[in-house]
Amino acid sequence: MFFEKYDPLKKEMFSVLDKDGKVINKEEEPDIDNDTLLHMYKTMVLARVADIKALQYQRQGRMLTFAPVQGQEAAQIGPMAASDKKDWLVPAFREAAAMLYKGATLKQNYLYWFGNERGSHFDEGVNILPVNVPIGSQINHAAGIAYASKILKKGEVVFTYIGDGGTSHGEFHEGVNFGGVYDLPMITIIQNNQYAISTPRAQATKADTLAQKAIAYGIPGILVDGNDVLAMYRVSQEALKRARAGEGPTLIEAFTYRLGPHTTSDDPSIYRKDEEVEEWKQKDPVDRFRKYLTNKKLWNKDKEEALQKELKKVVADTFKEVEKTGQYELDEVYDYNYETMPKDLKKQKEDYLNYLKESEGE
Amino acid sequence: MATMTLLGAINHTLEQQMEKDETVVVYGEDAGFEGGVFRVTAGLQKKFGKDRVFDTPIAEAAILGSGVGMAINGLRPVAELQFSGFMFPGYNQIATHIARMRNRSRGKYSLPMVIRMPYGGGVRALEHHSESLETLFAHIPGLKLVIPSTPYDAKGLLTAAIKDNDPVVYFEPKKIYRAFKQEVPEEEYEVEIGKARVVKEGSDVTVVSWGAMMRETLKAVESLKDEDISIEVIDLRTIAPMDSETVVESVKKTGRFLVAHEAVKTLGIGAELISRVNEGAFFHLEAQPVRVTSPDITVPLPKGEHHFMIDAKRIAHEIKKLANFE
Repeated sequence: MFFEKYDPLKKEMFSVLDKDGKVINKEEEPDIDNDTLLHMYKTMVLARVADIKALQYQRQGRMLTFAPVQGQEAAQIGPMAASDKKDWLVPAFREAAAMLYKGATLKQNYLYWFGNERGSHFDEGVNILPVNVPIGSQINHAAGIAYASKILKKGEVVFTYIGDGGTSHGEFHEGVNFGGVYDLPMITIIQNNQYAISTPRAQATKADTLAQKAIAYGIPGILVDGNDVLAMYRVSQEALKRARAGEGPTLIEAFTYRLGPHTTSDDPSIYRKDEEVEEWKQKDPVDRFRKYLTNKKLWNKDKEEALQKELKKVVADTFKEVEKTGQYELDEVYDYNYETMPKDLKKQKEDYLNYLKESEGE
Repeated sequence: MATMTLLGAINHTLEQQMEKDETVVVYGEDAGFEGGVFRVTAGLQKKFGKDRVFDTPIAEAAILGSGVGMAINGLRPVAELQFSGFMFPGYNQIATHIARMRNRSRGKYSLPMVIRMPYGGGVRALEHHSESLETLFAHIPGLKLVIPSTPYDAKGLLTAAIKDNDPVVYFEPKKIYRAFKQEVPEEEYEVEIGKARVVKEGSDVTVVSWGAMMRETLKAVESLKDEDISIEVIDLRTIAPMDSETVVESVKKTGRFLVAHEAVKTLGIGAELISRVNEGAFFHLEAQPVRVTSPDITVPLPKGEHHFMIDAKRIAHEIKKLANFE
C-alpha cells in the first residue's frame, strides 16, 4: 500500500524529483500528459509573476496587504492538477496558486486583495471557498462539504489547506477528526512553510512531523517534499483514490518554505537568516519543475522568455482593470448580508443615502 | 390538530420537514441514537437513518463549521448544540463564517442552516446550563435569532427557519419545554421571522417579553386582572431582525413601556428595545421605560438562582408601579 511505505514517525519523506529536477523515484513518477504538464508549469509561473508584481503594486500604494505565495507553488499546483473539476478547494489564505489552477481568475484574486468581496464570487461550477482568514476554521467547512458530498452521493472530494502554525489550532483537530469519524472524502494538506508569521515550526508542536498527527485520527498521514510538484501530484492521486473509494480522509504534510514575507506587512529578516532563505532558493519549486520539463524537451529558454513576457503583460493589464473596476457600489455594502433585507437595515440604508444627499457640498 | 408540548412541537416539525425535504439533516452531540439529552430529536434517527440524523464528536466548532460546508454543498443542516452555555467553542464559526458567508462571497454561497440550542435558567441545572445569551447573537449582522414561547410558534418559527436561505439561530426555552400543551395544526405552516405577536391588546402599558419569560409575563398580567390596568402584551418572538414597528406602535398608544427578560441587564435586548421606543415614540412616553431583568452577575448555582431569575411576581410589581406613575 502506498501510504504504508512512508512512515511519518521515521520522518520518511516522499519525493519524485531531486532539487535539480531529476527523477529519483522512477517508480512513482506520475503519468501526466504533456498539455497538463505545461498547464501546471504555466500556472505556477503565473502565480509567481502575479505575486512579484503585486508586491510592487503594494509598495507603490496601489495594492493592499496580501499574503504572497512564492515558494509554495508546487504544494498547491500538484494536488489541484490531480483533482477533477467537480472536486472542491477550501483554502486558507495563501493559496493563490491553487485557486488559479482550480478556476479562480487572476482578476478575482487581485480584486479580493485589492479590498473587494467581489473577488470571492467565483464563476458557476468553480468549487472554491473564499480565502479564509480565521486560522483553522476552514477545515471544518471542508468536512461539511465532504459530508454533503458523501450522503448526497456526489462523488466530489474536498481539498483543504492549512499552515504549520494552523495545526496548533483546535479547529484543525476538530475538523480532521470529524472527517475520520465519518470516513469523509477529504484531503487535508498542511503546507509546512516552517514559520507561523515569526514563530518557527518547532514552537507549534513537539511532534517531529505534522504528518504523524494523522495517526491519532486513525487516517493515513504522509510527509511529502512540498517543493516537488510531481510528488504532490502523485500523493494526491493516492489520496483521491482512497476518498473516491469511500475509504476516508488523508493528511498530507507538504514540507516547503515561504520565500517571501508572511504578508506584505511582515519583515521576515527579523526572524530568519539570509543563509536559510538562500538554501531554500536552491530548492525553488518552479525552477525544479522547469528543469524537469527542459529535460523532457517540453521547455526551453525561448519558451520561457516568451511566457515571462506574456504573463507580465497579462498581469499588468489585469491589475489595471482591477484598479478601474474594483471600486465599490454603495448597494454592495448593504445588499448581501441577507437574502431579503430586513426592514431595519433598509431604514439604515435610507438614512445613509439621505445623509449623503443632505451633506452634499458640506 | 394534536395537542403538543413545546418540545413535542419541535420534534414534530423536524420530522415533518425531514419528510418533505430530503436535504434536511439533523445532528449534534447525542442528537442521533439517543434523541438528544432532552429527547427533542427522539425517533428521528430510526425513521430517517444515520446519514441524516447523527451523533457528532463533542466538538462545537466542528458541528457548526461542518454545517457551513453542508449548507454550501446542498444540504439544509439543523445543528443542535446541547446547551447555549456550551456554544462558545463554536462561536468562532458563528461570528466569523455563518453570519458572513453570503456577504463575503457576494451572494455565491448562502447558508440555509438552523442552529438550535436550549437556553435559560430556572431548571436547577449545573453550571453553564442556564445562560440567556441573546445579545451575543443579535449583535452579529447576518444572523437571525428566534425564540418561541408556545408550541404553535415553536412549529411555525422552526418551519420558517428551516426554509430560510439564511442562517437562523433558534433558542429553545428549556424551562417550558414540557410546561404546557397547546393545539398545533398537523399541516405545515410558518410564523414569519421578524414579526412580533400582540398576545393581548391593552391601552395603559405595553409589556414586551419572549421565551420562558413570556409565560411569567402572562401570569403577571393574570394576577393583575382585578387592578384597573389595561395591559398590552407583546411576544417579540424574533430577536433579530427586531420588529420595532409593532412595539413602537403599541407604545404610541399606551405611553408606557416595560420589557421583561431573563438575560442580564446591561446591553440586553431590553436596552435595544428602549432605544427604539425612544427613537419612535419619544413624545408619547408618559413615564420612563422600565427593564425587568436579571442582574449583571454570573448565573448562580441552583440554591441562589431565585435571586437571579425574574418571575411573575416581580413583573407584576413593576407593571403596577409603571402604570401608577404620574
